[in-house]
Amino acid sequence: MTAIAITRMSDLFAVVMLSGIYSLLSASLFLDLDAVDVAFTEASVGAGISTLLFLATLKLVPRYEKKSRYKPTLALGVVIATGALLIYGTLDMPHFGEADAPVHQHVAPRYLNDSMNEVGIPNVVTSILASYRGYDTLGETLVIFTAGIGVLSLLMVSRRTKEKALQKVPADMQNQIILRVVAKMMLPLILIFALYVQFHGDYGPGGGFQAGVIFAAGIILYTMLFGLSLTQKVIKTEVVERLTAFGVLLYAGVGIACMLLGGNFLDYNVLRHDPVHGQHLGILLVELGVGITVAAVMITLFFKFTWRTVKHKYNQ
Amino acid sequence: MTAHFPILQVIIPLLAAPLCLFIRIPRIVGIFAILVSATAFLISCGLLQEVITGGTLSYQLGGWAAPWGIEYRIDKLNGYLLLLVSGVSTIVLVAAQTSISKELPENRHTFFYTAYLLCLTGLLGILATADAFNLFVFLEISALSSYTLIAIGTDRRALTASYQYLVMGTIGATFIIIGVGLMYMMTGTLNMYDLAERLPAVYESKTVLSAFGFFIVGVCLKLALFPLHLWLPNAYAYAPSITTAFLAATSTKVAVYVLIRYIFSIFGIEFVDMSLPLGDIFLFLGLTGIFVASVAAIYQLNIKRLFAYSSVAQIGYIILGLAIETELGLTATLLHLFNHALMKAAIFLAIGAVVYRIGSAQLSHYAGLGKKMPWTMAAIVAGGLSLIGVPLTVGFVSKWYLVVALLDKGWWPVAVLVLISSLIAVIYVWRVVEWIYLTPPRIITDEIKEAPMSQLIPIWILVLANIYFGVDTRLTVGVSKLAAQSLFGVN
Repeated sequence: MTAIAITRMSDLFAVVMLSGIYSLLSASLFLDLDAVDVAFTEASVGAGISTLLFLATLKLVPRYEKKSRYKPTLALGVVIATGALLIYGTLDMPHFGEADAPVHQHVAPRYLNDSMNEVGIPNVVTSILASYRGYDTLGETLVIFTAGIGVLSLLMVSRRTKEKALQKVPADMQNQIILRVVAKMMLPLILIFALYVQFHGDYGPGGGFQAGVIFAAGIILYTMLFGLSLTQKVIKTEVVERLTAFGVLLYAGVGIACMLLGGNFLDYNVLRHDPVHGQHLGILLVELGVGITVAAVMITLFFKFTWRTVKHKYNQ
Repeated sequence: MTAHFPILQVIIPLLAAPLCLFIRIPRIVGIFAILVSATAFLISCGLLQEVITGGTLSYQLGGWAAPWGIEYRIDKLNGYLLLLVSGVSTIVLVAAQTSISKELPENRHTFFYTAYLLCLTGLLGILATADAFNLFVFLEISALSSYTLIAIGTDRRALTASYQYLVMGTIGATFIIIGVGLMYMMTGTLNMYDLAERLPAVYESKTVLSAFGFFIVGVCLKLALFPLHLWLPNAYAYAPSITTAFLAATSTKVAVYVLIRYIFSIFGIEFVDMSLPLGDIFLFLGLTGIFVASVAAIYQLNIKRLFAYSSVAQIGYIILGLAIETELGLTATLLHLFNHALMKAAIFLAIGAVVYRIGSAQLSHYAGLGKKMPWTMAAIVAGGLSLIGVPLTVGFVSKWYLVVALLDKGWWPVAVLVLISSLIAVIYVWRVVEWIYLTPPRIITDEIKEAPMSQLIPIWILVLANIYFGVDTRLTVGVSKLAAQSLFGVN
């Protein structure tokens, strides 16, 4: 229902809000499917950060969509055909939750039974993501870095405009005293929670992706209420930009270190004398790498959009 | 150290990309990128050598055995393409040093090289991996970085083109991941060779059939098969010239590789035969694509768009070779993959050199340039001759093998159509020649000079490669044949 409403509406502000709700609903769906980590990510990224980024964009563009006469009948046909094929594909699917479905028969038993001995951490999801399929996670981190590079290269604002604009344009929410006070109280809690999610990923749901996003959300909240100039005193744009690269380098660097110590790329066993300790150290470091890149990219994205808004106002 | 070659091939550019942000000085970043790409090229030479003499190489990432962990596996097919992608990338990067200084603002140069290396990482990662999901991850890296590379220039139209490509590319990627998900659901594995072993048991199921369907449509979007090519002409025309040269030579080729890998190494040719009339579909779409795109190329006013449409037509030939479903046909496809990459890299780099001097890709601005920039223009003409398929060029070799394969199958009407389509290529190449050599220049511009050496040398390396591999076909035909044999041998 939410999805249909999104496609029919022309008020972009409502669309953004509804997509946030849509993400939250899908997160509940994932939770229902026992995919706690995925639900966590969807809630923090889909409902949290992307809504914020959409809102930042909305400051730059008009709120209402232009009326268009274009009637996409062909597209509708394609969509219906795709949907039909998807449903057709589900006809022979194993039933949901069936114990002898192929997914539970082949690779999964080893993950469930042996990961405690081989990797030594209770959260199987983390041991698959960070160790068994750690290279995929490196790839995903690189995807986020790539997206960051894309936005960085397209939304450049020169340093001179920045300095001039900063003096002239104050923070938007100077007068929202209640918001400012509450946010000040929340901020340390948010940041500490992010660190908890980061380092507790071995035991419960969580890990670098979620922690990075939560951390970034804290910083973004602060920026929205207290203005860019104040945030920039603590967090320099240049530093954050380099941190996006640093996280990837940390992750891949762990892999290289494994190679230098005689193992394969990302074979954490060789990092310490005891393979399980090696796995612990390796996972800790690569998750930190993921967290740093994700947080830095999210903050950079928000900064870039905000600069655009500031520049826009300044030019008016 | 050589045991680590399969992974070093990919992680050297992977590490280099974020390092660029720490170097920050555009000139040094540029040289650094060349060195990185050249290292990848040398490694790929070593890999191909080893694969041909010693057989398939396998590398277990994280030290986990194959279906549990991710595996890299280099055989003749991807060894051959790794060589192509890293080689072309290195040559293009040499020309990039001067070319982007005119087409990009100074402060974007570092980001350009970062995105370029990321794109290279993505393409090499797709080629090297033996894991269906890992392939998707690297596909996303290469796709996201190509959107950036297209939009990064000063031409505002590139933004819309890139956005269009982003939407189409994301749909393609989503379809591919749906395919991978459905296959995982039916087999419980993601490793390609493990999938190939476990899929026959569930061949009959509707889920596998729809996985295959989603997969084919997704990849065909990525490789711009007619009629899913709509994103390509604008993206190639408005992107910076270096981006066009790099993407035209590599990215669609890698998508074709993915198609071949899935059809032959995962699903198996028997499954394809019994499930979908894929050969007929490819035959029809390939041929229509060749004709529609070639005719569209004739009417283009922008030379980049002209050759972009020609690229769509060339993809038609590549798909036609697949449609034959014989070893000879596959050899022709693999040959044309390699040869077309050489032609288009040479042509688009030469166009880049012209843009560097006159700042325009409009065909009418090319009037009389034959005298002003003789070497650059000769390179465009040589590339054009190769596109037509004139003897002594690579284009001739691949068309020859394609026609032989068609005749061998008994499809002589198709062979005739292929020859007729070459005549259309004569028309659009002739239009370019006419503007370059036979039209008097409209504006007297004395300051137009020949392109700088730093661009002429890479262009002419590619042109000479076009001629060299058109005469000495031992490497290209040899490896294509071996790869085609092993793909048919597996099944």
